[in-house]
Amino acid sequence: MAGITGKDAVLTDYANKLATLDAPKGRSLTQDALRRLTRNKAAVVSIFLLLAIVLIAFIGPYFLPWSYSQVDWTAIRKPPDFDKGHFFGTDQNGRDMLARVLQGTQMSIIVAAVATVVSVSIGVVYGAIAGYFGGRVDAVMMRIVDIMYALPYILFVIILVVMFGRNPVLLFVGIGAIEWLTMARIVRGQTLSLKEKEFVEAAKAGGAKPWTIIMRHIVPNLTGPVVIYATLTIPEIIIAESFLSYLGLGVQEPQTSLGTLISFGAPVAEVLPWMLLAPAAVLVTMLLCLTYIGDGLRDALDPKDR
Amino acid sequence: MKITQVLKAATTAGVVALLMSSTAYAVTLQMHNGGDPGSLDPHKVSGDWENRVVGDYIEGLVTENAEAEPIPGQAESWDVSEDGLVYTFHLRDGIQWSDGTPVTADDFVFAFQRLMNPATASDYAYLQYSIQNAEAINSGEITDFNELGVKAIDDQTVEITLEQPTPFFLDSLTHYTAFPVPKHLVEEHGDAWTETDTIVANGPYKIVEWLPGSYVRSEKNETYYDAENVQIDEVFYHVLEDQAAALNRYRAGEFDILTDFPADQYQWLQDNLPGEAHVEPFLGVYYYVLNQESEPLNDVRIREALSISVMRDVIGPDVLGTGELPAYGWVPPGTGNYVENAYAPEWAEMPYEERVARAIELMTEAGYGPENPLNLQLRYNTNDNHQRIAVAIAAMWEPLGVNVELFNSETAVHYDALRAGDFQVGRAGWLLDYNDPSNTLDLLKTGITQGDGMNWGNNYGRYSNEEFDALLTQAAAEQDLVARGEILAQAEKIAMDEFAAIPIYWYVSKNVVSPKIEGFVDNAKDIHRTRWLTKTE
Amino acid sequence: MLGYALRRVLSAIPIALIAVTICFFILRLAPGGPFDGERALPPLVLANLRAHYNLDQPLVVQYFIYIWRLLHGDLGPSMVIEGFSVSRLIAIGFPFTLTLALTAFVIATFVGLVAGMIAAVNQNKWPDYVLVLVVMIGVIIPNFLMAALLQLWFGVYLRWFPAGGWVNGSWMHLVLPVTVLAWPHAARISRLMRGSMIEVLGTNYVRTARSKGIGQRLVLARHAIKPALIPVVSYLGPGLSYLLTGSLAVEQIFGLPGIGKYFITAALNRDYGIVLGTTILYMFIILALNLIVDLVYAWLDPKVRYR
Repeated sequence: MAGITGKDAVLTDYANKLATLDAPKGRSLTQDALRRLTRNKAAVVSIFLLLAIVLIAFIGPYFLPWSYSQVDWTAIRKPPDFDKGHFFGTDQNGRDMLARVLQGTQMSIIVAAVATVVSVSIGVVYGAIAGYFGGRVDAVMMRIVDIMYALPYILFVIILVVMFGRNPVLLFVGIGAIEWLTMARIVRGQTLSLKEKEFVEAAKAGGAKPWTIIMRHIVPNLTGPVVIYATLTIPEIIIAESFLSYLGLGVQEPQTSLGTLISFGAPVAEVLPWMLLAPAAVLVTMLLCLTYIGDGLRDALDPKDR
Repeated sequence: MKITQVLKAATTAGVVALLMSSTAYAVTLQMHNGGDPGSLDPHKVSGDWENRVVGDYIEGLVTENAEAEPIPGQAESWDVSEDGLVYTFHLRDGIQWSDGTPVTADDFVFAFQRLMNPATASDYAYLQYSIQNAEAINSGEITDFNELGVKAIDDQTVEITLEQPTPFFLDSLTHYTAFPVPKHLVEEHGDAWTETDTIVANGPYKIVEWLPGSYVRSEKNETYYDAENVQIDEVFYHVLEDQAAALNRYRAGEFDILTDFPADQYQWLQDNLPGEAHVEPFLGVYYYVLNQESEPLNDVRIREALSISVMRDVIGPDVLGTGELPAYGWVPPGTGNYVENAYAPEWAEMPYEERVARAIELMTEAGYGPENPLNLQLRYNTNDNHQRIAVAIAAMWEPLGVNVELFNSETAVHYDALRAGDFQVGRAGWLLDYNDPSNTLDLLKTGITQGDGMNWGNNYGRYSNEEFDALLTQAAAEQDLVARGEILAQAEKIAMDEFAAIPIYWYVSKNVVSPKIEGFVDNAKDIHRTRWLTKTE
Repeated sequence: MLGYALRRVLSAIPIALIAVTICFFILRLAPGGPFDGERALPPLVLANLRAHYNLDQPLVVQYFIYIWRLLHGDLGPSMVIEGFSVSRLIAIGFPFTLTLALTAFVIATFVGLVAGMIAAVNQNKWPDYVLVLVVMIGVIIPNFLMAALLQLWFGVYLRWFPAGGWVNGSWMHLVLPVTVLAWPHAARISRLMRGSMIEVLGTNYVRTARSKGIGQRLVLARHAIKPALIPVVSYLGPGLSYLLTGSLAVEQIFGLPGIGKYFITAALNRDYGIVLGTTILYMFIILALNLIVDLVYAWLDPKVRYR
């Protein structure tokens, strides 16, 4: 899924800048960045909005009269009805749309988070190993990455889902596992420059094992790219998930996701508009917020502007 | 190329186009056909979307009229022997394939032999098993194809001998498995005879183009015996599996007929395009298979509890929205050769609350309840409607202390699991291949021993009852149609009283037909040959 | 340069082979097969079908048969669409997919570049805000939803364009699918262009040029555009490959006979031959595209040397 949001290009660019910079990177950079981020209004509003969505998605269901899988036989495919407590209407099974949208948002968030964590972890470890050992190991490992860029990922994801069935965890570990390439490249670049630094030299002289050095001295210095990467990857995964849902390869009922809800809402946009509007609004808001946050972070972390 | 030449070429092309448009004045039918045909060979196809294409370009001995009743096709008339075993068909004079070769009795004999030849691997060969030795040849027991009960007496006479009298035999001859194939081409090209440059037709249309994923295009076959009465000159059978998109294209005027539509839009269609949506009873049953080979569904009490607690009246009108009628028995109402009064269990009349109370009682007897819930997995193939029904039924079973885990998968995986017995409750459906109750009842017949295992065929739940099997055998030998119907009704009652499966609703056909189209007659087989349609612009 | 290209191509072969191998075995280990339909086949018939497609052989033997044929350029038969070889289906579907993707690519790249430049030049003024918003919509709305909405609006309500199909191959049929496909691509290009353009406009040499009193247009044309293009070019390859694979949903909804549609139908029906064949084709194209982009990139940015 090379670059649904143009992530690869943005990040590569960012990494190149980092690599050309000689200044020490560490706590001061993150603190500085945070200060600058708070000055970006769009990003701040987005952060609050996103937090609100996440909170409502996870806490909201406890305050609703209906659960996401409960069937109200008296209200099948009905528009919003405040007396019965169906604030967003019901679907063709008489299930409360608000409860389902919240559950779907939860699912989309979890899925995106799991996939992102997986891809970041693989990317960091792979990149750090390549960068740290350098030489032939590096050349081979990076050549593999280069070529893997050229694989049609969405096809592999479809094949994987067809193979593994509709288990969300398995599925998005699968997506995460092929999203790590850019991360690996950036981390490698960082590691290459970091490993020449005195503190790494000192650790080496002290007899620390390569793994310890990577985990203790190199990985903590990667906060910036990782954060940007995550904000750009989450929307990609949410979009990818909705596409799979459209193909009927989404999560298993009665659970749902924003993508699944939208793919069921799209064909009935005219007759049951409430089935499309609510999930689409949440999805659009979330993705907009993530984009603004991503932009804000990139500006804030941009080492050139310091 | 000089400019003058270009201009000349352009004018010529323009004139040609003008001439063509004025002389041809073609009437084109744009039909939304759903799935992509897997083949155009009548012996290799298996779906209704393939039938629409194949049945327009090949015609059997017997064909359908607008009401889908059997009428003379390539055979002008036929005689039946007194014992009902031998049918003699007299072919029409002058019938030919579209390449000019005459259609002869040999083509039919060849076609039936090819159908039954195990090497052809025809999915639906079993539909013609009523023909003498057909089953034995198809299963490899007899290797001499000449022993098949289809003979050419002369060029224009086909004689078919049956295993035993079969009341639905003429009806089954309208099925594509009974279609002739051009012997001269199949012998020359093998299976590749259906390539667009070699394919020929003996029906009202001939295939001119096949673009997988998009459409099949047919044109009127001028050599067809009834060509003068065929009104539509060209047919597009469009491939489009997204039903919502198909409806959009219908509304945009790009399709004249939709062969299916999203159930959610039914109300909208009735309000905005009155009279264009046709929802009609269709011979078929939508049901849930219960795997009776293992615990807990081998317990009839649990099967009963599950079946009687399904609120069927709500499924068709509310959950689906197209008003499918609830099914309590196994043979669709309106099936031919059957008794007047369909199976109707007493519990169907009970108020729903009482049924649930009874179901809870049964579950308690069987040792399940809220403290000791029964966990069931319900499998269905990925589809909006199947999903909705599964969700609704899971909710109906909840009060009985049944926890349902829903599990959907693609069609191939789903049926693979059903056949392997790797499921507890599974969604299935059966559309009648020919208009006779035996077609659905056979689904509950005990499997046959084969090698070291059992072959259960389409009896996924592996229901088995000797008495039921005996009645089916008895009915097959019964010549009196009324008595036969009663025997079959007894069999249906036995299976349904034991809750061999959970019938849910009777299928309906869902077509949308533009007011421009005339001659579209609703019928229980949902077969509408283009030959009978007309289109006014 | 030729040696570099050759090395790239050669080193891709083992990875491609590994990918094919993984796909092959994943597909075969997945439950369900091409002949598992709604109705049971008699055992003998099934056995015959399986034998016909070599499915009765041990998996490893099948694999080597497949690879052997592949090396001879034979992608095998389709198991679901009778009488069509995979190569023939690709020959039918690929021109459609390619037309769709290339049209979208050209239009989107052009629109994206222009929009990005306009936004950059008018940074934080209203054209910038409007463009950013329009662009966002393209990225954020899932393409199957966009396709359904455009089809309904422009095909059904307004009847400006055909709602689907490709009956006569007219360009009108292309408008809606291309729009759906091009929008997000144009969005990404314009974001990249805007970002890099703003940066280039802030560099010293552009400031110098401006201070010398050279007009805005000339500054843009002579000094700003080429360096600003560098990050955009690096995205074109992945972008085009994304368009090629992204046409899956578009082909599905608009009923176009492209290979994306074949792939999906085949994956769901377990038509192994088509799934593998289309995957190989996609891989081949994307590898080629990446190579082209790298070469262009090297030409644009002299700092990049062939590794």
